[in-house]
Amino acid sequence: MKWIGVTLLAASFLLPPFFAGDFYINLASQILIAGVFALSLNLLVGFGGMTSLGHASYLGVAAYISALLTSRYGFGHGAAALISITGTTAMAAFFGVVALRATGLGFLMITLALSQVLWGLAYRMSDVTNGDNGIAGLTRPTPFGISLDSAVSFYWFALIVASVAFLMMTIFVSSSFGSSLKGVRDQPRRMAALGFNPWMIRWITFIYAGFWGGISGLLYVYYNKYIHPTSLSTTSSAEALLGVIAGGSGALGGPVVGAALVLLLKNYASAYVERWNMLLGLVFLFIVLVVPTGIVPGLSRLLAGLRRGPR
Amino acid sequence: MQFWIIQGLNSLSLGGLLFLLSSGFSLIFGLMRLANLTHGAFFMLGTYFGATALRSYSGLNIWVTALGAGIAVAAIGGLFERLVLTRLKTNPLGQVLVTLGMSFIISDACLMLWGGDPIPVPTPRGLQSPTRVLGFVFPTYRLVLVGCAIGAAIVLYFLLERTRLGAMIRAGVDDRQMARAVGIPVSNLFTVVFCLGAGIAGAGGVLGGPILSAYPGLDADMLPLALIVVILGGIGSLLGAFIGSFIIGFIYTFGTALFPELAYVILFLPMIFVIAFRPQGLFGRVGA
Repeated sequence: MKWIGVTLLAASFLLPPFFAGDFYINLASQILIAGVFALSLNLLVGFGGMTSLGHASYLGVAAYISALLTSRYGFGHGAAALISITGTTAMAAFFGVVALRATGLGFLMITLALSQVLWGLAYRMSDVTNGDNGIAGLTRPTPFGISLDSAVSFYWFALIVASVAFLMMTIFVSSSFGSSLKGVRDQPRRMAALGFNPWMIRWITFIYAGFWGGISGLLYVYYNKYIHPTSLSTTSSAEALLGVIAGGSGALGGPVVGAALVLLLKNYASAYVERWNMLLGLVFLFIVLVVPTGIVPGLSRLLAGLRRGPR
Repeated sequence: MQFWIIQGLNSLSLGGLLFLLSSGFSLIFGLMRLANLTHGAFFMLGTYFGATALRSYSGLNIWVTALGAGIAVAAIGGLFERLVLTRLKTNPLGQVLVTLGMSFIISDACLMLWGGDPIPVPTPRGLQSPTRVLGFVFPTYRLVLVGCAIGAAIVLYFLLERTRLGAMIRAGVDDRQMARAVGIPVSNLFTVVFCLGAGIAGAGGVLGGPILSAYPGLDADMLPLALIVVILGGIGSLLGAFIGSFIIGFIYTFGTALFPELAYVILFLPMIFVIAFRPQGLFGRVGA
């Protein structure tokens, strides 16, 4: 049963490039990017019990650094990516020190305030970030001389990166460190009494999540070849958080499903209505009020119930 | 010299506005343990209501408008609390998420109703001429605004410290379970405090209108300021919100005037400083 699921999942990611049109392949690439981003956020939300409303900072800052270095300072993509990821991870380490002075709602408010500061900076510091116009005319990298300009080749690139990300994050949460992280989420005082350092465990997780947030930011800027302050906005953080909550933060694959749903909704809805933010707000209300545990755990509970048969 | 004095007054008036915004936020947080992310949207809604009313009826008094808009926003807040938030009592994360969702809905609704262009709010006629004190010229409206914030602080202080309702609120803040056990209707208190907080934010939005004008994104500009104020001042503390508002008012105004591009980064420094040395905020209690 489990293997059928895995095969189906693998097929659904591997087959599209062979028959789908460019529009759908691009959509699939976007889902992969949003999926990596949601997974990195879920390290904090689902496994660490730290609800961050500022995760777009890492996506946005990584994207901005790479965009600035390649377009303005003539760096190659390899060096730019390295500097961008190092910088983003260092920023995560610093933000972690600040935000982890608090837990719960205090943590949420600090992450939100920090990300708003970055958003304001991207908007106002227009001689560096080009302000509201964003930075356009970017290029995609050419790893090993392979051009990523076609939809299919970029999809393969994104799929490889996303698979590595998924694997690395799975290893992270199923390692002994992941267990101690879940321990700290549920019983911080007992974990402290057992000799673990809850703060350190949270901080390392925060940095690791920032790192993968940065990777998704690179994918994001390579895909769009454009970056705008909205990618740092609360809306952007909130979309990712909605994906995590909607998909189900408890399940490993949940956030990917949720992120995909949010992205599809955004794509389809914006074809018909202009009011994406309002729809996003309504979806938030709906998800929290109707399926608070998320769609994936909800569905698997339903399936388990069906298998047991009616009682 | 004129620069410093005028910017000083601007700081005070921004601080006053921030107090009107963050006092409600802080009260709601203190009692309900709820980070109300709709608060910026309530403020913006007040500004738009005020702009519409004052521009369509030129004889309208700004104080009456502020009161009316405050009541209207309080009613919207009350409905939201009763219909949505009470269903999520056992789910604090869910509560934050719906307040965020609600803020998106309100700000998008404002964009839909009032369009994307900023709507200036006229300064009340009697307060347009500048005041001269000791040879310096002050915009009268800003002076009055500072007075308003101080007045609101005094009223709130007496409400919380000297009335029966205030005593019940303080009991609820300190120990919700015990307050329930001695017969205080804590759930109704939640609604009252939520309406009160939303109402002050809405009225503050009207009063801030002549300075800020109504524009899309006002909520996103104000909410982080309110968050930084309460993180700085201490969550749930009225005094903290008061002092924090004026500190942030000064830092933000002078930061914008002297280093316009770095204003947001400068804001962030006192916050980091306070979090590093006093995580509960300047006037917060431990574990707030």
